[in-house]
Amino acid sequence: MNFDLRLPIGILFTAYGLILTVFGAFTNGSDIYKKSLGDNINLQWGILLLVFGLFMLGLAMRARRK
Amino acid sequence: MDTNTINLTALDYSILGIYIIVVIGIGFVLKHQMKSASDFLLSGRSIPVWVTGLAFLSANLGAQEVIGMAASGAKYGIMTSQFYWVGAIPAMIFLAVFMMPFYYGSRARSVPEYLALRFDEKTRGLNAAAFAVMTVASSGASLHALAALLHLLLGWNYNVSLIATSIIVLAYVLKGGLSSAIYTEVLQFFLIVLGFTPLVIIGLNDLGGWSGMMSKLPETYAHSWKYVGTTNNPMGVEWFALVFGLGFVLSFGYWCTDFLVIQRAMAAKNMGDARRTPIIAAFPKMLFPFIVIVPGMIALALMEKAGSGFSIPLGVTGQTDYNLVIPSLIAHYLPTGLLGLAMTALMASFMSGMAGNVTAFNTVWTYDIYQSYIASGKSDSHYMWMAKFATVGGIIISIGFAYVAKNVDNIMDFLQLVFGFVNAPVFATFLLGMFWKRATGHGAFFGLLCGTLAAVIFHGISSPMPITAGEAVPWIKGAWLGAHFTFTSSMAQNFWLAIVAWSVCLVMTISISLATKRTRTDEELKGLVFSLTPKIKETDEPVWMRPAVLGIIVLAFAMVLNIIFW
Repeated sequence: MNFDLRLPIGILFTAYGLILTVFGAFTNGSDIYKKSLGDNINLQWGILLLVFGLFMLGLAMRARRK
Repeated sequence: MDTNTINLTALDYSILGIYIIVVIGIGFVLKHQMKSASDFLLSGRSIPVWVTGLAFLSANLGAQEVIGMAASGAKYGIMTSQFYWVGAIPAMIFLAVFMMPFYYGSRARSVPEYLALRFDEKTRGLNAAAFAVMTVASSGASLHALAALLHLLLGWNYNVSLIATSIIVLAYVLKGGLSSAIYTEVLQFFLIVLGFTPLVIIGLNDLGGWSGMMSKLPETYAHSWKYVGTTNNPMGVEWFALVFGLGFVLSFGYWCTDFLVIQRAMAAKNMGDARRTPIIAAFPKMLFPFIVIVPGMIALALMEKAGSGFSIPLGVTGQTDYNLVIPSLIAHYLPTGLLGLAMTALMASFMSGMAGNVTAFNTVWTYDIYQSYIASGKSDSHYMWMAKFATVGGIIISIGFAYVAKNVDNIMDFLQLVFGFVNAPVFATFLLGMFWKRATGHGAFFGLLCGTLAAVIFHGISSPMPITAGEAVPWIKGAWLGAHFTFTSSMAQNFWLAIVAWSVCLVMTISISLATKRTRTDEELKGLVFSLTPKIKETDEPVWMRPAVLGIIVLAFAMVLNIIFW
């Protein structure tokens, strides 16, 4: 079977990472972060999701090239 | 509940929307690979092992598990981890090392079919029928719980939520069959981990770390073993019932015989991968208490913290509704954005729970009921058609069950009780089937019936609490034949019920087998019974890849966790 699940996982989390990182960057210091103890959790966690998503995409791409 | 109602913004909706597009997209991509009934129902035995492993874990990690374990975390503390480190890990390793060779290595396409090959048709029929009803009922329960939660938290219409969810699940399961269900289960795994971890991190930060949290909780919440010498602990269970009832009978009965999880392992590429599937699942399973149990403890500690303004909401009965621990923590800590991610994770786990049940149901229906008793010897395309029909049918029956659950009080408690009766003895049947060649079809069938009957009677004569004068125990909790045995909690009663049912099934199966003639010759039992199956050659695999070696590593880790949180 030539379906590689790493590709949709990569796409999904890269998209989530981008959305949260960009939104986090634009809302830095906003009141919405009172809930999360003042941490811009969208930006922080967004970057982590982005790294995970890109890593999965990278694995999928590498397997494709072989 | 007003203070905890969650308001989703357009951002949160788009996060949910992207998930739905991706899962339906996966279904459409897989559609072209669904050429035969076995592609649709068994994934053509072609899925990589890291995928089957995470799906194996995820199929069990439905939303009800996540919500229920958080609730238990708030009620019992770290002792809840007994359900993982004792009540799951050893059974998963036993399945991998000893039992998987018979499931994967025989011609069986399902767990009931194994029983048909090993024993006879009536044993299979009993198991298949019970399993089919159980899967659609749990799928319906999952659907109802999701719709009720969405209504409560987001104010969505119950009927619309229910139908919309069903249509999404139907869309991807009907297109991609078991493969679709397995792939979305893996997506759900990552969503749960990545969506709920921030909750734990922020919560622990807020409380001043682990020790800060523990300082606001009772001493008993910090230990899983220290107080089990007697029943004087949050669960009201002593060590023997815990180890034998939960750790052996119930846990092995579920992990080693439930087709819902075993189906994932049977979709693996080869025997080695099938056996490694439960082991790969066991690694993250060991760590899940930190994501699903700790939130419950955080919620309870947070209520003790001055000025937090947090409380676990009350349910309709006016008592604290522990099932709302996770949603209310999400509402308390997560800003829009991460809120959408966590809600998507929660909804994804409801949907994949439903998809998992539906894909197990359609296989058992098509192979073990339809092909065996209704229409055998038809063409593959006929069974493919039936499998799809059963998928639609399974979802429609689930919707029916959801409405029954909504409208009939206690019906789900009742069904759970009945499933408990049926499941409690079943591991004795499999154990004897796989490891004692003398066990016969009559022995298995009637032994199983006796075990189930023993469970029913035990429920009738035992009470989960001491009876005070003038007070009656609701019949659903037991003692409808009089409270001859009293326990300190429902959990203790349930564990002892399992022990009794299993023992009766074991003794009766052995006795009846010895009194009846063998129905299967040694030749027929090759590949189905331990002593008659050639040992698997593992010499072409590196030592560290062998299931037994990996299994020992997992058990060692589990041991360390037990010691740390003893």
